[in-house]
Amino acid sequence: MKISGAQAVVEALRKEKVKVIFGIPGGVIIPLFDVLYDVKDIDVIITRHEQGAIHAADGYARSSGKPGVCLVTSGPGATNIVTGLATAYMDSVPIVALTGQVPTSLIGNDAFQEADTTGITRPITKHNFIVKDPDELVTVMKKAFYIATTGRPGPVLIDLPKDILTAEIEFNYPETIKIPGYNITTKGNPRQIKKVVEAIKKAKRPLVYAGGGVISSNASEELKQFIKKTGMPITLTLMGLGAYPGTEPEFIGMLGMHGTKTANYAVDKCDLLIAIGARFDDRVTGKLSMFAPHARFIHIDIDPASISKNVTIDIPVVGDAKEILKEINRHIDKLDIEDWIKQIEAWKKEHPLTYENDDILRPQYIIERLYELTKGDAIITTEVGQNQMWAAQFYKYTRPRQFITSGGLGTMGFGLPAAIGAQIANPDSLVVDIAGDGSIQMNIQELATIAQEDLPIKVLILNNGYLGMVRQWQEFFYNKRYSGVDLRKRSGGNQKEDKYNYIPDFVKLAEAYNAVGMRIDKKADVDGAIQEALKTKKAVIMDFIINPEENVTPMVPAGAPLHKMISSKEDAENYLLA
Amino acid sequence: MEKEYTLGVIVENKSGVLAHIAGLFSGRGFNITGLSVGETENPEYSRMTIVVRGDDKIVEQIKKQLNKFIDVIKVMDLSSVPSVHRELILIKVKATQSKRQEIFQICEVFKGKIVDISHDTLTLEVTGITDKIEALISLLKPYGIIEIARTGRVSISRGFKKGGER
Repeated sequence: MKISGAQAVVEALRKEKVKVIFGIPGGVIIPLFDVLYDVKDIDVIITRHEQGAIHAADGYARSSGKPGVCLVTSGPGATNIVTGLATAYMDSVPIVALTGQVPTSLIGNDAFQEADTTGITRPITKHNFIVKDPDELVTVMKKAFYIATTGRPGPVLIDLPKDILTAEIEFNYPETIKIPGYNITTKGNPRQIKKVVEAIKKAKRPLVYAGGGVISSNASEELKQFIKKTGMPITLTLMGLGAYPGTEPEFIGMLGMHGTKTANYAVDKCDLLIAIGARFDDRVTGKLSMFAPHARFIHIDIDPASISKNVTIDIPVVGDAKEILKEINRHIDKLDIEDWIKQIEAWKKEHPLTYENDDILRPQYIIERLYELTKGDAIITTEVGQNQMWAAQFYKYTRPRQFITSGGLGTMGFGLPAAIGAQIANPDSLVVDIAGDGSIQMNIQELATIAQEDLPIKVLILNNGYLGMVRQWQEFFYNKRYSGVDLRKRSGGNQKEDKYNYIPDFVKLAEAYNAVGMRIDKKADVDGAIQEALKTKKAVIMDFIINPEENVTPMVPAGAPLHKMISSKEDAENYLLA
Repeated sequence: MEKEYTLGVIVENKSGVLAHIAGLFSGRGFNITGLSVGETENPEYSRMTIVVRGDDKIVEQIKKQLNKFIDVIKVMDLSSVPSVHRELILIKVKATQSKRQEIFQICEVFKGKIVDISHDTLTLEVTGITDKIEALISLLKPYGIIEIARTGRVSISRGFKKGGER
């Protein structure tokens, strides 16, 4: 029996067990929305901006491990998801993005709402397709899901010209697919694994550095065994938080630019660094030539191109972290590294993450209280900047897929739509978006989606009236010349009406979107407000008026070696002088 | 140490692939010095010969990144196996009556062909390795080169096996 291309797309989504799509309709994609009108088993969430749709699909994917699906129209619909594709590509998130396209007869004519979508998105997708022959449609759908979810996951885009959606086709969904240019190595080479085991046994100061790949590969259990069996210390990247419980003694905190001193000192002094599903990003390594200067490097990764890209690796193992760790775990035992552990414990004691404990409302305190009052169980999404770093430092993540953040691309405006996706994938979980007043406004329109879907998302705004992370850099490295970062009213505003001069009034904004708004400007009110928010069934926006010039510390200046951490403007001056 | 590498790349024969590969080189700042494309014995695949400059590490990364592309079927490092390299040049030079004979001689030494002739020009077709082509250009320069068209390098491994498989 023949069905329309649009029906075939929906049937393919069913075959791929897709339960929800995030999107916005438009001219050329109407045939597909028309089919969806009668579909009851796939939920269509309409966001208010296509960027919201793709970040929501991303949050859905990161929090569930299933591919996120996003559906938008041609031209501006497609270009509006560009940032979301790049975000997902950098963080290896499986997404299938379906974009409408003008009919094949019009392609290249500068038709209304035409854009070269595959051309634009080629460098920011794992792969993309344009379907020009209706008979290819079904195979392309199968390939897209297969490519997006296997190997190193990533976003795949399918561009669907309108006439393909209306063409009549035979629906034969392939059970399996073979793509000649796409071969994934999952099982680690036994010889390499043997070398890894030998290196671990010989190490005096080993350190595990694990990243988002552990989460993608669902290897947290294996990682836990690996650490517990050997007793090695472990540091995680921003993307890896939750891959190993932050409450366990072997965890020494995040490493890198805003990592803990313990983690960065440990990297500096270790004699064996075992990287698992991490990619030696510049925010992690600092000055590359001085990264882990005494260490031999082991790198376990499914992407061969990640190996020896930035740091030359001594023992590479290409494959799936889960399978490889399983294999390694069979050959290892408790290590004799007491002196090293003692050293680590001493660093931990000497250099905990701190902030000033006074009457001023400080963001670190708010997140610590959120952690306590949510019993460490909330799914946290973040925006990007200071809010993100405080969320990484002061909430302890105990399970994978609990911390959802734009790491590689650093996309402000990610957290709120990602929270929508996370809440839809986890309807019974508490989802909190930790935001800054700058970032939240980059996709603030999605409060409407939250209201429409009646999602009980809690938004915690750490409001300092600044684009805080840039302000911090300007304080440290640009002599406090706060250029372009002040978000308050230029005129100074009416102090009587609004003592903070902040824009917008988030409490009123919450009300406009049928959510509950709260403003908290005293430390003493933090617990009460969070407790009340947690009791509320509706969405809540908590506007915390924090110390405007609070900084994220410690900090490794860009391009400095990891052990050169600074905590203040004075430190920065000394660093720049040296 | 920086040197020249020749890669043979088998890719899906469809639109967008060339743009994708060209994009990799610009996007990652790799230094490409030559590129040629043509169909292979299998009409579903095209073969690219890519000439790049870089050190071992960069070229290793280029190979890995190319391998990562789903439209790339195979990447062969033809610098590391015995291979035949050829390039074709069409070169139009000023050729007044008095100089014609000299240019004919040069063409003969390079085992080339005269493919076009006019009152005051000659067009030569020569194939060979890059050095030979460069030598030809340098020899013809004094006569006045009007126009050059080069194919870029095409390369194939020696022996029975495909792509220098051992």
